[in-house]
Amino acid sequence: MTDAIRLSGVNKHYSHFELNDIDLTLEKGSIMGFIGPNGAGKSTTMRIIMGLVAADSGTVEVLGHRIPEQQVAAKWNIGFASEDMNLYKSATVNWHIDFIKSIYPSWDDDYAQLLLKRFDIRPDQRVKGLSHGQRVKAGLLLVLARRPKVLLLDEPTTGLDPVARTEVLNELMDVLADEDRAVLFSSHNTRDVEQISDKITFLDRGRIIDSRDKETFLDSWRRIRFEAPADFDMPELPAIASSQHNGRLATVTTADFDPEITERLTRRGAVIQSIDNMTLEEIFVSEVMSSREGEAA
Amino acid sequence: MESDFVLSQSDGRPMYLQIIDQIRLRIAVGDWEPGFKLPSIRELAVATRVSVITVKRAYHELETEGVIVTQQGKGSFVAQIDDLGLRLREEELEQHLRDAIEVARSLGLDAEEIKKRLDELMDDQTTHDKTTRTQNVR
Repeated sequence: MTDAIRLSGVNKHYSHFELNDIDLTLEKGSIMGFIGPNGAGKSTTMRIIMGLVAADSGTVEVLGHRIPEQQVAAKWNIGFASEDMNLYKSATVNWHIDFIKSIYPSWDDDYAQLLLKRFDIRPDQRVKGLSHGQRVKAGLLLVLARRPKVLLLDEPTTGLDPVARTEVLNELMDVLADEDRAVLFSSHNTRDVEQISDKITFLDRGRIIDSRDKETFLDSWRRIRFEAPADFDMPELPAIASSQHNGRLATVTTADFDPEITERLTRRGAVIQSIDNMTLEEIFVSEVMSSREGEAA
Repeated sequence: MESDFVLSQSDGRPMYLQIIDQIRLRIAVGDWEPGFKLPSIRELAVATRVSVITVKRAYHELETEGVIVTQQGKGSFVAQIDDLGLRLREEELEQHLRDAIEVARSLGLDAEEIKKRLDELMDDQTTHDKTTRTQNVR
């Protein structure tokens, strides 16, 4: 089966920024959350996938079509929405709908009408009269109602209020009811990504620092809190991301949890207080920190 | 499919465990009887707004526990086990007790002390129940 998106060894050099060796695979029927701080290279990567920017080296395929060579064939099935999507300010939402409808035969008018209701957008309103949230949702509607096989969404939830964010995330899940479709969406808000993504990719300073399925991600990290005896000597433990020891209380976070770790702590007299799962946000910050430390070293 | 699953990002427990709990709960109270066909993984994912991979993991664990059975190409069903609902509630109780024992041990209590604490609490509870009943009568 062909993958929805496949990038291999993609590089792009700018005078102020570099994208290094990006490998990325998104299977059909799944959602990938693309997380990175501002300026990490998320938008550049998406623009390369869309064929809007050409990579210096490496291969890019969307639904088996080589990009940029076969981008015309691929584009019927890709939908791209970004925060700064250009809508004509003096035209109405309906005008935009008619315009996109005239270009894409796959346009689903019933779905468009449903989305207008769900997103609470008045079709006769001019774009300049829309709030930021409504404008973002209108842009998404224009992409979603084409029912593309691959959706690339650059920060679709940034700047939205909680209700609008939920509306947008709900629609992304609905896309996944069809196992033939796939979504890649970027965000610097890990909470949005955590619930609905199957795969998570962390990007920082133009490099992928980790890319795995979400369950593996969340399952391998743990924070262990324990009470240490007065003369406690922290043992050498594998895959320790950070450790703190202040007075009698100590905390260890690990990227590769194994009951062996707690056993070794207990053997040295530690009394385990709790072994907690970590949120994606905590994991993300830990990974970015240790990746940057590695670079500096 | 409409979902009445209650899942929370602030629950603290991983999402797949919350899904497992919700499914076990439905079986325990008898809403989902043995032989009941569960929604497909994708259906439940879309309905609960939780990723496919998370629901897949929950189903997989329930299968390993023998609570559900998956037939290739047909879907997943609640296992045909007599008194499965009751069994699940007993397992839940056992888990709570085990957790309590673990905390007690970490506080340095031995078996005798743990039993004594439990007896005391049971007495308290009985007294409390009586008081409430008396109040209700009044």
